[in-house]
Amino acid sequence: MSRGAAILAAAALSLAGAMAVRAMPPGAGAVVDEAVTAEGMPRTLSEYGFFVDAAAQIPSRNVIPYRLNTPLFSDGAEKLRFVYVPQGRQIAVEGEGLLDIPVGGALIKTFAFGKGADRRLIETRVLLHRADGWLALPYIWNEEQTEAALAVVGGRKEVTTPAGETISYRVPNKNQCKECHGLQGAVVPIGPKARNLSQDWLQDMVAAKHLAAMPATRDTMPRWEDRASVPAEAAARAYLDVNCAHCHRPNATASNSGLDLRWEQDDRQALGVFKRPVAAGRGSGGHEFAVVPGRPDDSILTYRMDSVEPGVAMPELGKSTVDEDGLAVVRRWIAGMPAS
Amino acid sequence: MVRKPTIAALLVAASPLAAATHTVAPGEDAQERLQEALILAEPGDEIVIEAGRYELTDGLSLDVDGVTVRGAGMDGTVLDFTGQAGAGEGFLVTSDNVTLRDFALENPKGDGVKSKGADNIVYHRIRVTWTNGPDAGNGAYGIYPVESEGVLIDGVKVSGASDAGIYVGQSDRITVRNSIAEANVAGIEIENSRNALVENNLATRNTGGILVFDLPSLPVMGGGNVIVRRNLVVANDTANFAPPGNIVASVRRGTGILVMANENVAIEGNVVDGNPTAGVMVIAYTQPFDDERYNPYARNVAVGENVFGRNGYEPQLDGADRLMAAFGGSLPPVLWDGIAEGNTGLRVADGIAGWTLGLTRPGQAYGQANPAPLDVPAPVDASWDDSGVGAPPEFEDRLG
Repeated sequence: MSRGAAILAAAALSLAGAMAVRAMPPGAGAVVDEAVTAEGMPRTLSEYGFFVDAAAQIPSRNVIPYRLNTPLFSDGAEKLRFVYVPQGRQIAVEGEGLLDIPVGGALIKTFAFGKGADRRLIETRVLLHRADGWLALPYIWNEEQTEAALAVVGGRKEVTTPAGETISYRVPNKNQCKECHGLQGAVVPIGPKARNLSQDWLQDMVAAKHLAAMPATRDTMPRWEDRASVPAEAAARAYLDVNCAHCHRPNATASNSGLDLRWEQDDRQALGVFKRPVAAGRGSGGHEFAVVPGRPDDSILTYRMDSVEPGVAMPELGKSTVDEDGLAVVRRWIAGMPAS
Repeated sequence: MVRKPTIAALLVAASPLAAATHTVAPGEDAQERLQEALILAEPGDEIVIEAGRYELTDGLSLDVDGVTVRGAGMDGTVLDFTGQAGAGEGFLVTSDNVTLRDFALENPKGDGVKSKGADNIVYHRIRVTWTNGPDAGNGAYGIYPVESEGVLIDGVKVSGASDAGIYVGQSDRITVRNSIAEANVAGIEIENSRNALVENNLATRNTGGILVFDLPSLPVMGGGNVIVRRNLVVANDTANFAPPGNIVASVRRGTGILVMANENVAIEGNVVDGNPTAGVMVIAYTQPFDDERYNPYARNVAVGENVFGRNGYEPQLDGADRLMAAFGGSLPPVLWDGIAEGNTGLRVADGIAGWTLGLTRPGQAYGQANPAPLDVPAPVDASWDDSGVGAPPEFEDRLG
């Protein structure tokens, strides 16, 4: 795909478009830095000033939309992602991993269901980078779609997924945020890794002086829309990294399983190949190994992805429906794996 | 939430001045009110869950250090997860110095209480019950501390777990005592852990009573220094109902105490009776593994003075009939696979009968077994140092 076509595709796919870094008019709205950095938990989303028009998700100045090449599946929710970089500060880069967002910065992610005029904003999660570390807070939108209120205990909401399924969608509570965002006991961002962002967006960020320099990425994760045309392994490994590896990695929530699904992991057994379960319980589905090369139907990994039942379903949180597309990608990877 | 430091708390110098009590009562929105208390608690606080039944739809979690969660007794305060719609466990603890006491969980969809990376945790009089009895559809572990240093489990009761009732994994300094594990696949399991004391428990009607394991390819390996003493390990005769694929699915029905691939394990003062396959089984890990750090042998296992009743009378072993005939109607209480690393292996007190499969290397087919009466030396007194085994003594202060 040519660069121009890629930009067009990216712009078409994300609400505000990949080009919004430049398109944002300077001076439109202002973020309340105090809300991001001071102690305490603002009761409403509007207290931050992240949006000029929150209902339409039009961001304020220095609140920059972005998309991920391979996104995390959340029951098919549309996700509107933004990064806030305080005036005069810059994101530092550390290789292809997480962007090093400065203290005072924030990540904002809104979850929505429905298309066009029927679109309903359900929740907005914010990750605030404070002097003592990151803080994750969930905000739930009201029926009128005029405001989102802090809900430390999360909640449940009936929604209809893009697949037409009516589900009880779970807004995680504050502790559950940490189950995915926890690393060595601290909360960290998980999404915006340089390798999972488009080169064009990164360049725009550098041009706008929000990003200190272009990250040195060896390899970039494939775009999810291209999953049928990229090698099965790349698509599946990117999917597993994004959807599973925040827990299934050393020092994170599922570290005791010994399963490590990070993009950079190349030990086959750590990735699940002929790895026996430890604490899977009935999640094993009667299978002996996480991944049996060539045999997706005999692999615990796909069995658990294909379930929505608590105690079996993976991931444990943020899942009320099976991600059929994600499952298909992982199945294709296992099916094509040489049995050695 | 209003913070109410009590006069008593103000007078006791050791208590944090700001310590507060948050009381949660049964009724509408109990899920939200309970979870909110768990989130808004501050270190040193106590959360009191009043007597009653709480019908919960999601897992609960605690991530604040130093919190005590106290119910009105393990029959008085019941957290009912029968309608649970999300999360992999009933209650998840991820903070340190937490005390959980005097409440029950019923029918969690996954594990009961999981504490991960939660150092210095006390479980006191917690009950986890799957009310429909043994069933492969039940959750895996009842009480499940993992990757933690300092674990005291005292007076708990778990039944119906499709893996282990009380499971301690990848941890150090552990005591499991005064507890009842009934009708689980494994009653009490100590896995990839060091310095564990398992004493004064009742393990009954499980598939296997007390298991001490080490498994390969885990972040924490090298289990050992485990004392199993003064337990009642009786009538573990429930058919294995673990979902296949799990390691405990291979435990034979009627195993009293099982030691696999572990070092320095002392088994003494137990009453072991009514276990149809074996009273005590000591074996190597038999599966292929690819992990240079792993030692598949059982090393320095000592079976001291124990009371063995009738065991090995209906063994789930290949060729059981011929074996029983050869040994005179039932198998001796101590079963060893015979596989040893050098001359470390098994020692058994004088007067306790045993038998060996006579195998010589891990993974060897049972068809090559060469069964024979056990002939191993008796344990040497004070052969290893048991200081530092068990939860640190200061944990006792949190049981009052």
